[in-house]
Amino acid sequence: MPPRKPRARVNARNNGGATVAEADRALPGGLTADDLTDYYHRMVLCRTIDERIWALNRQGKVPIAASSQGHEGAQLGSLLAAEKDGNCFLFPYYRDLALKFAAGLTAEQVMRSFMGKAGDPYSNGRQFPLQGADLPRNIIQISNVVAAGLTQSVGYAMACKMRGEATVALVYFGDGASSQGETHEAMNFAAVHRLPVIFICENNRYAISVPQSKQMGIEEIASRAAGYGFPGFTIDGMDFIGCYEATREAINSSRAQGPVLLEMRVERFMSHTTDDDDRRYRPEDEVELARLRDPLLTFGNLLLEHGIMTQQELDEAAASALQSVDSATDAADDASPPDVSTLHHMVYSG
Amino acid sequence: MAVKSVIEAVREALREEMQRDPTVFVMGEDVGARGGVFLATQGLLEEFGEDRIIDTPLAEASIVGIALGAAFRGQRAVPEIQFSDFVWPSINQLIGEAARTCYGTNGALQVPMTVRIPYGGGIRGGLFHSQNVETHFFHTPGLKVVTPCTPYDAKGLLKSAIRDNNPVVFLEHKKTYRLVRGEVPEGEYTLPLGQADIKRAGSNISIVSYGLTLHYCLEAAQEVSGEGIDVEVVDLRTLSPLDKDTILTSVRKTGKLLIAHEDNVTGGIGAEIAALVADEAFEYLDGPIVRVCGPDVPTMPFAQTLEDAYIPDTAKIAAALRRLAAY
Repeated sequence: MPPRKPRARVNARNNGGATVAEADRALPGGLTADDLTDYYHRMVLCRTIDERIWALNRQGKVPIAASSQGHEGAQLGSLLAAEKDGNCFLFPYYRDLALKFAAGLTAEQVMRSFMGKAGDPYSNGRQFPLQGADLPRNIIQISNVVAAGLTQSVGYAMACKMRGEATVALVYFGDGASSQGETHEAMNFAAVHRLPVIFICENNRYAISVPQSKQMGIEEIASRAAGYGFPGFTIDGMDFIGCYEATREAINSSRAQGPVLLEMRVERFMSHTTDDDDRRYRPEDEVELARLRDPLLTFGNLLLEHGIMTQQELDEAAASALQSVDSATDAADDASPPDVSTLHHMVYSG
Repeated sequence: MAVKSVIEAVREALREEMQRDPTVFVMGEDVGARGGVFLATQGLLEEFGEDRIIDTPLAEASIVGIALGAAFRGQRAVPEIQFSDFVWPSINQLIGEAARTCYGTNGALQVPMTVRIPYGGGIRGGLFHSQNVETHFFHTPGLKVVTPCTPYDAKGLLKSAIRDNNPVVFLEHKKTYRLVRGEVPEGEYTLPLGQADIKRAGSNISIVSYGLTLHYCLEAAQEVSGEGIDVEVVDLRTLSPLDKDTILTSVRKTGKLLIAHEDNVTGGIGAEIAALVADEAFEYLDGPIVRVCGPDVPTMPFAQTLEDAYIPDTAKIAAALRRLAAY
């Protein structure tokens, strides 16, 4: 493992401040100003649609949603690394709205999925929003059962290896899923066979309402990697650039030497889902403080500091995102639901 | 034609399919150098190497989960669960995930995976080496469930299962492995999934059964034939898809139905078949639908007396046939 040493703690300088990266930091290798502008636009769009989806839930138009607000740095930073690599396959989990959207869906496709309309690209309205498969964008997420995707991603990586393909599997899960037995089984098997799998834990410290202190006796989930015999790193998941760099290094490392565990420390800005009320179990000012480290805000500031985008361009990005989401909402609202004749389709293949 | 055992037929099917298709691979506990605890994979490691005959950790959830993930990429996975009693840790991957994959992705993903599972009792296996697990899979849309009872059927059905693009639970009754021998033709053949087989033609009573119990049914039919009771024995061969036509055609001919299986009676496959016949062949019935099945205790116990009391054997089936014939 050539890259950085495991960090004992999240970078303390990132706490409470508005700047994620040091102002004088050069663009990391392989990144251009266009990449960052592009990804800023994607992140704004993800945030905008996420907020709209919650509003639509309250209007009765979206039955259920899990928000990725606060997780966008981790999801999009790792996605950028996967895109740059060009040979990655993703196994996200239910909180990865931003990841799935930014991977290449249109806003209207996302909206159709959340409203359960025909043309939902993941399951055509069978599953919870953006759950199923988006094979054109190399994404599979079969279920809501946490950690079930971990063993599947390991099998996928093994199959690629059997076929002589150099694909790296990135599998995403929360701190809650880290308690599942299948998490252990997946990591253990991947280690035995040195499979190119990157286990990305988006640790927001809550399994719905259960805090990390009641889920495990350790501070850092990444420390478990040592027990399997592969490297693990705890990184600031609010830092888009840091997540990109860590994932890029992990991709290269895992292709050569086997699995890597990346624990990305993130903040969950919203309740678990639209059906949850986190005021029952979270301290009053916790989210307020967390929002000071909002990945969208810090990413925007980084772009300003580097002179990659102006404030006006950031504002225009937000306005343009709002417009896209407005028209996507209208189009999805007008779209037809799946025809009832499809109820019996595709129980079996072929 | 060569006479072979069920386990030899299973091994032959695995070998032929692995020779035929380089994407076919086997994974499971002790399937490598040991050749499987029942020797189903004996010799395969030597022939195909450890990249295709994969010894796994003792962790059933990941055996099925990893096989499923490999199937997503187009490999034909043939995981083995060592005993049906150990399938429960993997049940989420089988019933929760694999069965719902095609439907839950609107057909985007196929699951070319055949999970081989030795099941059933009568071998002094007690509560955790004798279980009948078939009803749980039979109840689950999206899975196919295969239950051969002869070497010929086992080979032809296993080859079809491996070539199928849906998740198949392939249940091999472990007592048939060496007990049941039969002719297996040389060379290539397959048997279609979803097609029952009339193992004995008759005119007075239809028996519907599968697996080891089917052999007891044949013995019972032979026993009562001397008393003028002419019994037809339908071997389901695959529980899912269920061959409703063959069942209904037989019952319409005989007017009487007995269903026999080792699995528990309540909510079992027999209950479903009884409902089917009541629904679609009611006017043809000339007697009650009778079930001879495992009683509603968790599994057949270890002690010989208790195991014998559990098993729907030849004597119990013959007695039921006589009662039904007299009705």
